[in-house]
Amino acid sequence: MLEVRELSKSFGGLKAVDKASLDVRQGEIVALIGPNGAGKTTLFAAIAGFHRPDTGRVALDGRDITGLPPHKICAAGMVRTFQITQPFAKISVRDNIMVGAYLASPDRGLARKLAEAVAAQVGMEDQLDQMGADLTVAGRKRLELARALATGPRLLLLDEVMAGLNPSEIVDIVAVIKGIAKAGVTVLLIEHVMQAVTSLAERVYVLNQGRMIAEGTPAGIANNPEVVEAYLGHGAAKVLRA
Amino acid sequence: MTPLVRGLLVFGFAAAVIYPFLVPNYLVNIAMLMFFTAFIGQSWNISGGFAGQTSFGHAVFFGVGAYTSTILQVTHGWNAWLAWPASMAMGGAVGCMIAMLSFRAGLKGSYFALITLAFAEVFRILANSVGFTRGGLGMLIKADQRPENFQFKDSIWIYYLAFALCIVSLLIAWQLTRSRFGARLVAIRENEDAARALGIDVFTEKVKVLTLSGAMCAAGGTFYAQKYLYIDPSIAFGIDKSVEMLLVTMVGGAGTIFGPLIGSVALTFINEATRWVASAVPALKNVQPLSLIVYGIMLMLIVARLPDGLMSLFAAKVLGRKQRHA
Repeated sequence: MLEVRELSKSFGGLKAVDKASLDVRQGEIVALIGPNGAGKTTLFAAIAGFHRPDTGRVALDGRDITGLPPHKICAAGMVRTFQITQPFAKISVRDNIMVGAYLASPDRGLARKLAEAVAAQVGMEDQLDQMGADLTVAGRKRLELARALATGPRLLLLDEVMAGLNPSEIVDIVAVIKGIAKAGVTVLLIEHVMQAVTSLAERVYVLNQGRMIAEGTPAGIANNPEVVEAYLGHGAAKVLRA
Repeated sequence: MTPLVRGLLVFGFAAAVIYPFLVPNYLVNIAMLMFFTAFIGQSWNISGGFAGQTSFGHAVFFGVGAYTSTILQVTHGWNAWLAWPASMAMGGAVGCMIAMLSFRAGLKGSYFALITLAFAEVFRILANSVGFTRGGLGMLIKADQRPENFQFKDSIWIYYLAFALCIVSLLIAWQLTRSRFGARLVAIRENEDAARALGIDVFTEKVKVLTLSGAMCAAGGTFYAQKYLYIDPSIAFGIDKSVEMLLVTMVGGAGTIFGPLIGSVALTFINEATRWVASAVPALKNVQPLSLIVYGIMLMLIVARLPDGLMSLFAAKVLGRKQRHA
């Protein structure tokens, strides 16, 4: 469904993403992990149209979408959320979600109904009248998810929706994401919380210093020496084995 | 809409309709100016308040409107009513052009505000120097007080026209609070990146809103020219008009339906009150104009203490809630 080939993106002299490739197939939940500064968010931004890739190609359902602006990519069925949540602060949760829901139709009644249904799906039905600014961290993460979902995507890019949540909130949101996937939305997520990665993802990609260093099942990845070294430093795998 | 709000609206409407029959002529004139200022304030509010694209140079649209209809009338012999839509089209076109140039260049916030200020100044200087505006001499519209000329002998009609414009602008703002276009504008104001991610073509929406705002403001320019029958570059493109539109909206509440009207009422009241005080208190005789000093203090207080304007006080006290949207 999503095909990324040899994508590179530099900022000045720094190669943030270096010839990274990945595939997401219809119906999967795929995780993208890697140490801080590995380039995960940059790769996401390049896929979703926020950065124009220097080289490489992004295709959605076989259609080349490299370098298209975000709103066109969103209309094509792929939408991202932000690691640093970006709520519309001075409007209600309902109005926040309606902004996404309006993508499908200019009808206010329909958008409202869809927004309320999506809010229920992510467990925000009791917060519809709260202002975006008044939400807790967990609430903001859910709102990011809800707004994106309201655009009716086929592929959802989630950038660290669990960062900053406590363990019980993580359990809740894992269930929400499972529900979304079950409803037919394909998910690609960046995540640091390994407990969530192992319980959600069927396949995992590992990015380190801009390069894709491994791909596999969550269990396989955890035992991959190159991945362990990426996180813990050179020689760490040997020490751990000993 | 709660019964209380509906009651207030009906009462306000009825009071405005019978008002000119109850008061002397100069008070009719003051109220006319108040509605007119609320109207051009609303044109600013649509782009500056709802969409968050703060402009310091809305006078550019006002002036383009005033000059377009005046030139069409004086130089080309058009009827003033016919010239009115032409001036709106011109204001819209200038809004569209300024938006395309500045938003294509990625100007935001204070940079956008400065570029609009620069546009207004360029237009003022152009109007001062090119031939077809008659330069600094300004342009006189020949007085011929017949309704078909958009000139009225009895000031009651110009009052009702200003009132009608104000109502139209309120309806436009109300429509923005309940339409997709309006929701998108607010999303752009609150967070452009998030808006973009959710499928909004930010550039196009911003161009659309500045086109609408420019057309509205130009309609105000024509109205002004028809009322005073004279314009010159500093009346039409001067910074005063830009500030006036911004001020009433900020004082009343940017991004709210009634903000510009409430701000205009408040500033008109202050204006008259200070004029009365200045004439009654000998010590203040030479402090001219006192109203500007009070405006300044008021703006400071609003920005520091009440960033959502007087409307937020009203919403909290009368409606018993905090939301800024109706």
